[in-house]
Amino acid sequence: MVPLSYYLVLSGILFACGVTGFLIKRNLITIFMSIELMLNGVNLSFVAFAAHWHALSGQVFVFFVMVVAAAESAVGLAIIIAVFRTRETLNVDQVNLLKL
Amino acid sequence: MGVETFILVSVIKIVIALAVLLTAVAYSVWLERKVVGHMQNRWGPTRVGPFGLLQPLADGLKFIFKEDLTPPHVYRPLYIAAPMLALIFALTSIAVVPVGNWVSVAGVHTPLQITDVNIGLLIILGVTSLGVYGVALAGWSSNNKYSLLGGLRASAQMVSYEIALGLSLVGVLIMAGSFSLRDIVDAQGGHFWGFIPRWNIFQGQIVAFFVYLMAAYAETNRVPFDLPEAETELVAGYHTEYSSMKFAMFFMAEYANMITVACLASLLFLGGWHGPLFGPPMLQAVLPLFWFGLRIFAFIFIYIWVRGTLPRFRYDQLMAFGWKFLLPLAMANLVVTALVVALRS
Amino acid sequence: MLHLILFLAFGAVCVAGAVNLLVQRHPINSALSLVVVMGSLAVEYLLLGAEFVAAVQIIVYAGAIMVLFVFVIMLLNAGEEEYSNKSRVAHVVGIPGVLIGCVLIGWVLVERSHTEAVAVGALPGAPKDIGWLLFHDYLLPFEVTSILVLIAIMGAVVLAGRPEPVQQSKKES
Repeated sequence: MVPLSYYLVLSGILFACGVTGFLIKRNLITIFMSIELMLNGVNLSFVAFAAHWHALSGQVFVFFVMVVAAAESAVGLAIIIAVFRTRETLNVDQVNLLKL
Repeated sequence: MGVETFILVSVIKIVIALAVLLTAVAYSVWLERKVVGHMQNRWGPTRVGPFGLLQPLADGLKFIFKEDLTPPHVYRPLYIAAPMLALIFALTSIAVVPVGNWVSVAGVHTPLQITDVNIGLLIILGVTSLGVYGVALAGWSSNNKYSLLGGLRASAQMVSYEIALGLSLVGVLIMAGSFSLRDIVDAQGGHFWGFIPRWNIFQGQIVAFFVYLMAAYAETNRVPFDLPEAETELVAGYHTEYSSMKFAMFFMAEYANMITVACLASLLFLGGWHGPLFGPPMLQAVLPLFWFGLRIFAFIFIYIWVRGTLPRFRYDQLMAFGWKFLLPLAMANLVVTALVVALRS
Repeated sequence: MLHLILFLAFGAVCVAGAVNLLVQRHPINSALSLVVVMGSLAVEYLLLGAEFVAAVQIIVYAGAIMVLFVFVIMLLNAGEEEYSNKSRVAHVVGIPGVLIGCVLIGWVLVERSHTEAVAVGALPGAPKDIGWLLFHDYLLPFEVTSILVLIAIMGAVVLAGRPEPVQQSKKES
């Protein structure tokens, strides 16, 4: 028997790692992967609460989160490919043409 | 049954299943060389043992004794890990494949399956999806143009045909009402009109069987879809830079995938282990294994037959076939099956 | 007891994979550690009884989305990451800050929340029940997400396709 809070702590750790990666990494693709890590942390939260309150809607919502994550990663990676083609770099510090 | 008995029985089943699978892989290589040889009006292996039956043993020894060189320019961690990944995922699917009914051996009542999971079919689909990593990482880590192109093409092909593969199986799922492989086979028991067995292929899933066959050939990178490893096009595709045991692992993974796909086809479309049962109870417990083995042998023979006969597709023809023909056909099959099942109940 | 051991083992694998994603410099290593995280998360879902969600996690997330990431890394030949000087402050202040924040929130959650324990397989998520919910109560979100995926496919094809040469089309018109 595992207390619900353990699942929430694990979900929080994954989310925190995702946020950290989003903020400190410089490679566009790694930043994108940190977003996926955040979404996975949230999914674990959903499933844990669904089990706690015996509501199957939590698991259905995880399904929707996964579909949205798939759509977003497809479009995001296409944008990254387009950016690479024009700027020849994946370093997010060098994609700064709009900077003053 | 207690926990210790359960663990002991499971370990025994795993060891037996792996031993049988690896032997089957070795002898399907022998079968392929003999059958393709006879189709090309030559003998195939005949010298090592009677009918060349010890040839796989000789090949295994050869692979062990060959020099295992690692080129200096490869990305070493992934170069070494990729064939292991390919083989691990190829061998994992056997865990949920049932080969017969429940048997009682030495007082222990156990199914002839390592584990009967509620979502067995989804696990096999998941492991097939993960098998793409072995190919993609092998192609990239070899740091070689031909390998990269071969790896990219092979993985794009595998990912595209996974969709048609999955959709062709949904018709069977609608008719059986469960993801568990044992339930799907049990739903195909019995006969109708007295002699036609109630296999799914006779219950209207013939189009799905055709789609599954084509998608399976593309998933396992076999002729006519084997452009990614064609010698005249890409040197050897994603396994150009591999030698000795690592190459043998890719080879084994390909044939193990073939056997997994054959198992799945016989479970889902050809009625699993159902067949005439006769004789004393000892024989009756073993006969389902024999019928299952017969179906797998037939399927692999068709695989080899097609390999000996057809030329290979060009890559754009291959992708167009998967996306523009097989996928709509599988969806149409799904809609028609769902309609028929809904109207019948 | 076994539930706790399995949860801790696979939780440790999750956290190790997540930290490895941050620590590695080459994106391909980060991608593969993310695949490990998703695999161990699938096992965590199985421990909670969500069997369909676990299978979909392996098939969709680890088997399709991450394969897409690996493809893009291979195609763009992304090399090792260069560190820029601007993020020194983020490293020195941010990482200890995040650690302290995590410990604080974790302590509050574990000590102060009055929730009960979750048993193994607490809510069996059979595909039949999830399918029923998807097609009865959540039909509208289901259809909307399918249109969303269609839009995403079209967008990806347009964005990643090769741009047409502008000179030729001007000459022809």
